[in-house]
Amino acid sequence: MRVLMFGWEFPPHISGGLGTACYGLVKGLTYHNQDIIFVVPKLWGDEEPMADFVNASDVSIDYREKKFKSIWKNLTYLEVSSFLVPYLGPEEYKKFTDYAIHDRTDVDESIFSTKYEFSGKYGKNLMEEVSRYALTGAQIARDRSDFEIIHAHDWLSFPAGIAAKEISGKPLVAHVHATEFDRSGETVNQIVYDIERAGMHAADHVVAVSQLTRNTIIKKYGVPAHKVSVLHNAVLDASIIQSNFQKKVPEKIVTFLGRITFQKGPEYFVEAAKKVIDRDPNVRFVMAGSGDLLNRMIDRVAELRIATKFNFTGFLKGKDVDHMYAISDVYVMPSVSEPFGISPLEAVRHNTPVIISKQSGVAEVLTNAIKIDFWDIDAMADAIFALLHYNGISRMFKELGSEELKKLKWEHVAAKLVTVYEKTLSQKS
Amino acid sequence: MRTICFYFQVHQPFRLKPYRFFDIGEDHHYWDDFSNRSIMRKVAQKCYLPMNALLLDLIHQYNGGFKVSFSISGTFMDQMQAYAPDVLESFQKLVATGHVELLNETFSHSLASLKSKDEFKNLVYQHQSKIKELFNGYTPKVFRNTELIYSDQIGAMVAELGYEGMLTEGAKHILGWKSPNYVYVNSIEPKLKILLKNFRLSDDIAFRFGNKAWDDFPLTTDKFVNWINAIPKEEETLNLFMDYETFGEHQWAETGIFEFMKSLPEAVFSKTDFGFSTPSEVISKIPPVGKIHVPIPISWADEERDLTAWLGNDLQDEAFDRLYDLEKLVNTIDDEEIKRDWKYLQTSDHFYYMCTKFFSDGDIHSYFSPYDSPYDAFINYMNVLSDFMIRLKEKSNLVSI
Repeated sequence: MRVLMFGWEFPPHISGGLGTACYGLVKGLTYHNQDIIFVVPKLWGDEEPMADFVNASDVSIDYREKKFKSIWKNLTYLEVSSFLVPYLGPEEYKKFTDYAIHDRTDVDESIFSTKYEFSGKYGKNLMEEVSRYALTGAQIARDRSDFEIIHAHDWLSFPAGIAAKEISGKPLVAHVHATEFDRSGETVNQIVYDIERAGMHAADHVVAVSQLTRNTIIKKYGVPAHKVSVLHNAVLDASIIQSNFQKKVPEKIVTFLGRITFQKGPEYFVEAAKKVIDRDPNVRFVMAGSGDLLNRMIDRVAELRIATKFNFTGFLKGKDVDHMYAISDVYVMPSVSEPFGISPLEAVRHNTPVIISKQSGVAEVLTNAIKIDFWDIDAMADAIFALLHYNGISRMFKELGSEELKKLKWEHVAAKLVTVYEKTLSQKS
Repeated sequence: MRTICFYFQVHQPFRLKPYRFFDIGEDHHYWDDFSNRSIMRKVAQKCYLPMNALLLDLIHQYNGGFKVSFSISGTFMDQMQAYAPDVLESFQKLVATGHVELLNETFSHSLASLKSKDEFKNLVYQHQSKIKELFNGYTPKVFRNTELIYSDQIGAMVAELGYEGMLTEGAKHILGWKSPNYVYVNSIEPKLKILLKNFRLSDDIAFRFGNKAWDDFPLTTDKFVNWINAIPKEEETLNLFMDYETFGEHQWAETGIFEFMKSLPEAVFSKTDFGFSTPSEVISKIPPVGKIHVPIPISWADEERDLTAWLGNDLQDEAFDRLYDLEKLVNTIDDEEIKRDWKYLQTSDHFYYMCTKFFSDGDIHSYFSPYDSPYDAFINYMNVLSDFMIRLKEKSNLVSI
């Protein structure tokens, strides 16, 4: 089958989990001999050549095409200069907008020229890029007839998917990796929500990364349940990582690793830490990462008077991330809302037992983990204490967890996806 | 004769290097040798060397009629020995004239006076012996606590150690209608004389000198001497206390600060009835007028003249309390490096960097801080402290075996 796929980023140039998931999915589809035309706003040239990549920045738009005009008309409302950066907290937002202002080319000129240089970032002119990306999607769908189905990842590429469907008449699969409710809690951005909703309703089928996300799609976006399938994420490499990196501190280490934002529930980790430290002096908590709640967490740790047992590492990258997993005795992911959440699987690869919140998609695939409600700091503290002290459980988790991991392959996910494609096509015809 | 009393605070902290979580338990060297050396060298060239030379000339020129006093912190003395022997030599020359008084403080410019009497004494003795060692057996008689921090209790503690006098801030809220231009005594131990900083005239030089937006810019010696003459006749001492780095570092040479100081003594001698004295001369010559009551500690910092530059927010209080939790354990361990690190970690600057008073005095705080934010300062300090605690535990286990 030949799939026209719209993404927003692709490794190695990624700023979130979306790019990694697309990579895994494309890899899995290639394994099953599917042909992928993968469109991204901006290609860097160093992507692994596993698909027929299309750089949206290279596509010239033919404005004489009548059908485009109606698409464009529907999109112009997105052009309202919107300071909207969906994946970022206020501080990161500032960084990104500063960047966007400096990086910005002249809007009017670039909009009406036949080509458009996408930044491919989550910048200030994100909405403009999303709209423009939709036009590019239409153009590609018109130029190429060599695909049978369209697949769009998250709201950023939904308008492109919709446009491509309108032009080609081919069925559309909308893939939801995260919803606006995961990113922003209850204060959703209406424009983003509307795009998400339009994408899901225009799609012939919707794919969610977890049951949790599927429920959100049904309840909050009003999509009929029979139209939504769950396709859990997988890991690129399920092998156990044997690290030689040695821990230098005498205490046992309990780790939080991720963006320090509302969505990730860092404050529950801090409160649970206090409870554990009060009972057990031989433990050290580590919060690795950065984000708009970092300073508030530091304040709270100081206020609780646990700062000699609770360290902050700042943003970690590369080897340091592996080292952090390797020296952790317990890994905690207390996310308030996590469509999937790949990091606990990374912890399992390092033989580190994990505690995850029930409000995460990964809880649906990982059996050998302790699952708690994110807000239940007593249960979290109990679980941490148990994993630190009762070796039986942690040993069991280590053994069984690595077995479980081997089942989470992108090939399996891709095989299911192919079935979804086939079903969608058969319904269409 | 009425008198001006100059006192300069000379201090550099041992700044911490960026100390990562992964360093805990492994890397026991905490100090940013590179930046400590380069800052010392930079300030030596801009301030210490030229200003010491200028003062030495003035002392010779007026045959001892012009005199000053210094409190040189122990960390500064350690840094001079390591990075700036030329600066040390120039201070030694000044002290050798006999017209320069050295004051005592805690070795590491610490906040120990607020936490532990034992540690406070300990650091005072260490400072004493360091001065003796570097300045030909010199023994200070007057005390100056870190950043002029003072309270009735701290004064009593200092009196107990045998000092005759102590310096502090002439803070508005403790003086009320009273003038800083008299000698006072401690309210618990009246034998301890108290000299108060005249913050208006001191800060005219230290903070406002080069400020072009200031109504009185530029400050000339004539203008300054007029202000001195405006002091009521019965007020006998004018205490001008400031950071030594005022000269050439906070106020750049281009502002004319060196020329101002060079010509100030001449203007004072020719146009006023003031002379110059050191703190111990002031307290022996001028009789005290009464007790000064300071139940709650004051300092010379910020608009509030309180302790909030160093203590009070959760970051500072946590770091400070956790540090002094270790005092007993440290004292059981006989290890040179542990003792040194314990001293250097107590330096008040580390807590100053954690101050979150962004909107009132934040400018001045960020100028003096090597960190991007108080949070960074806290994280770094606590990482170091975590390692220090691990070392202490290891050493004390060895001791008990």
